[in-house]
Amino acid sequence: MDSYSFLRELADSWALLALTLIFLGVIVWAFRPGSRALHDDAASIPLRDERAPCSGGCPDCGNCKTVDFGVTK
Amino acid sequence: MQDGLKLGVLAFIATFAAIGANFAHDVAYQVHALIILAISIGMFVWVLRGIGGAKPAPETGYMDGVVRYGVVATALWGVVGFLAGVYIAFQLAFPALNLGLEWTTFGRLRPLHTSAVIFAFGGNALLATSFYVVQRTSAARLWGGDLAWFVFWGYQLFIVLAATGYVLGATQSKEYAEPEWYVDIWLTIVWVAYLAVFLGTIMRRKEPHIYVANWFYLAFIVTIAMLHIVNNLSLPVSVFGSKSVQVFAGVQDALTQWWYGHNAVGFFLTAGFLGMMYYFVPKQAGRPVYSYKLSIIHFWAVIFLYIWAGPHHLHYTALPDWAQTLGMVFSIMLWMPSWGGMINGLMTLQGAWDKLRTDPVLRMMVTAVGFYGMATFEGPVMSIKAVNSLSHYTDWTIGHVHSGALGWNGMITFGALYFLVPRLWNREALYSLRAVSWHFWLATVGIVLYASSMWVTGIMEGLMWREVDSQGFLVNAFADTVAAKFPMYVVRGLGGVLYLTGAMIMCWNLWMTVARGEAKRAAPAAAAIPAE
Repeated sequence: MDSYSFLRELADSWALLALTLIFLGVIVWAFRPGSRALHDDAASIPLRDERAPCSGGCPDCGNCKTVDFGVTK
Repeated sequence: MQDGLKLGVLAFIATFAAIGANFAHDVAYQVHALIILAISIGMFVWVLRGIGGAKPAPETGYMDGVVRYGVVATALWGVVGFLAGVYIAFQLAFPALNLGLEWTTFGRLRPLHTSAVIFAFGGNALLATSFYVVQRTSAARLWGGDLAWFVFWGYQLFIVLAATGYVLGATQSKEYAEPEWYVDIWLTIVWVAYLAVFLGTIMRRKEPHIYVANWFYLAFIVTIAMLHIVNNLSLPVSVFGSKSVQVFAGVQDALTQWWYGHNAVGFFLTAGFLGMMYYFVPKQAGRPVYSYKLSIIHFWAVIFLYIWAGPHHLHYTALPDWAQTLGMVFSIMLWMPSWGGMINGLMTLQGAWDKLRTDPVLRMMVTAVGFYGMATFEGPVMSIKAVNSLSHYTDWTIGHVHSGALGWNGMITFGALYFLVPRLWNREALYSLRAVSWHFWLATVGIVLYASSMWVTGIMEGLMWREVDSQGFLVNAFADTVAAKFPMYVVRGLGGVLYLTGAMIMCWNLWMTVARGEAKRAAPAAAAIPAE
């Protein structure tokens, strides 16, 4: 079998199946239980550390990861 | 030691450039060799004078100098690119503007315009914002020290070599990939350095999570590297000439070109600018993005789907039918994630819609997201074969590209510049919000004139080309469509004038912000942050 036919067959069978499953898996993973808190935290990243890099030196360092911006979902 | 190595490399480059200028087979190559000769001699002297001087202590904090240069370059290249666009728009209406000179013909100025707006204006906007955003969202200084400066200046050199090459007639005739082989190699080197700076910064981030804007920026950098290398596989005819021959031929070359061309739209003009949207819209609205989950789905859907859409540029050509249909189907599927992203950007304003009344910068960003939605609806429609048989090769395509480029890329970049300049130069506010409003309306009306005139002329010429009489003969010659399009070409040119005027008002406003703006009062909280 020449390489074109082989690659063509691979592309529209196993490769297609694998990529589709990876894509669906990524979406399912985004909705996994417990992701809400992580995503809320990640979404607020742009709203901190604007003027200087994080030095990790704030006395209440752990708190700034859970700032509540009063968003009503 | 390191300075000695630098001097050696610069001396080698200068010598080779001098030899190249001497043996050059064509004018473009000779001019480029002289440009490189001048730059390398200048840098040689600069490095030599710096030897023995005190090395400045390594800085901490965010590295914003290169971002400031990127902002200036974005604004200036933007005006240059828009001016070139307005000029060639009027060339189409009034051919006398070709001036009868080979250097100023439409064929040479057109790639100058597209490269100036996409790669010089858009590329510098992406460089500057990605360096700004990746530092803020990683809470870390840029990695690689002066490597970021190499990326900035190396990219400017790429732009200058590309632009002068076009005017002097060096082109490999691939749309949006016109620069010849040595310019391509130079861009590859710069791009690898860019990837290293960006990845290095992400790897030393203080945030546990990589913010979604950085995913989009990273996808843009990695994919453009891949597209650029594959589409520019060519053999130079001589090491002392600009001419090269493509490795691919025929329909393979055409498909490679449009795999490149459409993904340049998908990853340069979409993914990279979505990175800007996911940072600057939340910042300007003062609220986190509407749905982080939606942004994740938006990202992966764009990544998985976009890469297959290129064949829709080759409908009804020698490309196999299945490949054309594949391109069409994936283009239509792209509509959904694109609108998911648009909704995510717009709904970020939930609870802050009132700001649209008072904040013209936010209005600009929201309009950009709206044009993103419009262009990503029009695109899938035009990729349908039946529609494409009417729209392809007409001005409808030009109108579609410009509603995306002027509306989405232009407006989100203007918004980002208005956001960045007061912060980067430590100013209390922009010099004039009224001027921002003027810019907004001039740009918006300019786009409306541009897009609507191109719809009319595009559909008109598509219908004229396919019109047959009762005997089955074509009714119109090509020259008939050219004559019929004249009024729309004038309207299009006027739309461009409005857009250009808005951009010049922006440049004035940003300049006044830096030169006359009130310095920001020191925030009391800043003093409490301990030094690293």
